[in-house]
Amino acid sequence: MSRVALRGGRLVDGSGDMGVHDLYLKDGVIEGLDLGGSVDVEHDASGTLVTPAFLDLHAHLRDPGQEVKEDLASGLAAAAAGGYGTVVSMANTDPVVDDPGLVADLVARAARTSGARLRPAAALSRGLGGEELTDFAALKAAGAVMITDDGIPVADSHLMRRACEYAAELGLVIQTHSEDPALRAKGVMNEGAVSHRLGLPGNPVEAESLMLFRDGELARMTGARVHLAHVSSKRGIEVASWLKAGGAPITIEVTPHHLTLTDESLASFDPLYKVAPPLRSAADVAYLRDALHGGVIDSIGTDHAPHTLAEKERDMLEAPFGISTIEVTFALLYTELVAAGALPLARLLHLLQDGPAAVMGWAPPRLAVGAPADIVVLDLERVREVDAAHLTSKAKHTPWQGTPLRGWPVLTVVAGAAVFERR
Amino acid sequence: MSVTAIAGATDAAAARSLPQRPAAPARSGRRHLLDFTDWQVDELVALLDTAEVMAQVLTRTIKKVPALQGFTVASLFFEDSTRTRLSFERAARAQSADVMTFSAGGSSLKKGESMRDTLRTLDQLQADLYVVRHPAAGAPHQLARWTDAAVVNAGDGRHAHPTQALLDAYTFRAARRDTTGAALPGAEAFRGQRIAIVGDVAHSRVARSNVELFTSLGAEVVLCGPPTLVPREFLDRPGVHVTHRLEEAVEGAAAVMALRMQRERMAAGLLPSVTEYVTRYQVTSRVLRSAADGAVVMHPGPMNRDVEIESSLADGPASVIERQVANGVPVRMAVLYTLLVGRR
Repeated sequence: MSRVALRGGRLVDGSGDMGVHDLYLKDGVIEGLDLGGSVDVEHDASGTLVTPAFLDLHAHLRDPGQEVKEDLASGLAAAAAGGYGTVVSMANTDPVVDDPGLVADLVARAARTSGARLRPAAALSRGLGGEELTDFAALKAAGAVMITDDGIPVADSHLMRRACEYAAELGLVIQTHSEDPALRAKGVMNEGAVSHRLGLPGNPVEAESLMLFRDGELARMTGARVHLAHVSSKRGIEVASWLKAGGAPITIEVTPHHLTLTDESLASFDPLYKVAPPLRSAADVAYLRDALHGGVIDSIGTDHAPHTLAEKERDMLEAPFGISTIEVTFALLYTELVAAGALPLARLLHLLQDGPAAVMGWAPPRLAVGAPADIVVLDLERVREVDAAHLTSKAKHTPWQGTPLRGWPVLTVVAGAAVFERR
Repeated sequence: MSVTAIAGATDAAAARSLPQRPAAPARSGRRHLLDFTDWQVDELVALLDTAEVMAQVLTRTIKKVPALQGFTVASLFFEDSTRTRLSFERAARAQSADVMTFSAGGSSLKKGESMRDTLRTLDQLQADLYVVRHPAAGAPHQLARWTDAAVVNAGDGRHAHPTQALLDAYTFRAARRDTTGAALPGAEAFRGQRIAIVGDVAHSRVARSNVELFTSLGAEVVLCGPPTLVPREFLDRPGVHVTHRLEEAVEGAAAVMALRMQRERMAAGLLPSVTEYVTRYQVTSRVLRSAADGAVVMHPGPMNRDVEIESSLADGPASVIERQVANGVPVRMAVLYTLLVGRR
């Protein structure tokens, strides 16, 4: 293995700001600070922030079976371009990742693929059918770190209860897609003044808040660690906070798009903005942003959900749900929250590093001797316009096309090797 | 030369020398009619005025002018609607435009061709204007982003049906008279008038477009129906009121429009029964007694007689329902003319 030096960057992790140093990496782990000596590769990190690579607990990599949208290679490379060193992939693929063999295959293929590390999630129900539980223990043994039917809410409360009981005993995290399927019905956007004006079928906030309440109650009842994915509304955060304060072992995720876009975006009738749960009102976005400050929200997950352009050019009723986000998440949130003075940088980093690690029960990522050399170098001064044509993801279309964003990953290192470099 | 020259044109040469756009104050560069967002009152009145000229054309022995000769109008119907399509095609042919018809039923769309690929194909056939009907709200807006041709929305999902609203406004204005019996010019016919729209507002593109148009023209719109079909938060727009009591909606109204009640709404749990709907919301001659003097009864068609509207009322003296259908042609002529001649 090679020896790498990152020279002259400001080193920051969840334990604090270490100041400007040369950081040495060797054999896939952090060797130390300012050691000197010969190196095989060196990177000039002066003027940048050197910090642990981000963790994304929520990405749709579409592999196996939907490689036209994304595959392991493009998805893990896109994650690296977004500054991520670890990605939890969702199981709503074709076939569904509901079998230990599929998990093992993902793990094996990812090990041969450059980019972020893969920690796959497995399905909660066979075929995402919502009827029979998958073999949690065997899936865990094959490498699954999370159980989730994400993409499809688990309608059957009894099945969810049994899933929580099994997961609790095995120490697996369950991630929910908390929307009441009957209440959201065929809604394609947030229900409210905008959906009524546009004549688009609405999906009310209560579809989310009701299901969050159920899922939080089942977590409390069973002791399972339940991660509430992509909470999108003020009411949803209120319900989840109340359950959390009452001792339910739940954690809460928000996404970059729910923090930055509102349902007014749908007035363009552009299915790029069609996502589940839907983009909410400006008041919801403001509430979510405020909630980032306290301890209520545990992590930011990208819910990176790539689709082909042809799919996203279908009509508003037929186009699939999802936004491709993983490459722009940091720049977007740095620009709109940190550079705008609305959130301290340390808090944003926490929600991308220590926060998700704690959700999973993993050690907090640190720039410490012997820790895995998973590192992102951030140029907080760099301003670039988002150009979809140059995205690494196969989904070369984005709501932020042409938007100038500030603060970009310029180098991502995983296990001591550069997996992304921005010139 | 003004748009009235169309009616007076006695030969093709005169008509071909029409101005680049109507002398009426339509804004140049208006490319599409998708909904009424951003349309100004003077532009809307100009469309109604142009439609009056077109109506004169249709009273002549030879009901055809050469105004749109050389233009190709393509009707692009992703959802069946024979009535609307025929009305548009009649409007195009009466101005000598060539007409192409695409309907999804007999097309490659069912074989998986995308809406955008369909458009690419038709663009190669050099259509100048697309008349689009689609089951999804916003589809005409998507198509308008992808083509250089003009796009007219002929109904998109629950969102908008702007030419239906224009013909409703045209019919309403034509029926209104001042105290001396004279016609009311411009937007005067609308100012301060109450228009009641009754029925399944939530699922109605006609209702949405009428709300936009009538309030822009200075009228007040009252939306009425059961709470499941007229959500209270519907349209927080000045000039719009919501009530769930029919008597309250109709009182003092200058027009009462009944919307088609689709039976599948009951299956969706939005209504307990037809009987209950009829009892509470059917527009009847009895209910109409509290409306303003000379109030007209409208319906965008097709009607469920004795469901949303009392059959005898639909056929009675207050009804302008047949005139609505007839007025569709001159109104659509005016829309095609305004958008296409503006592009020359």
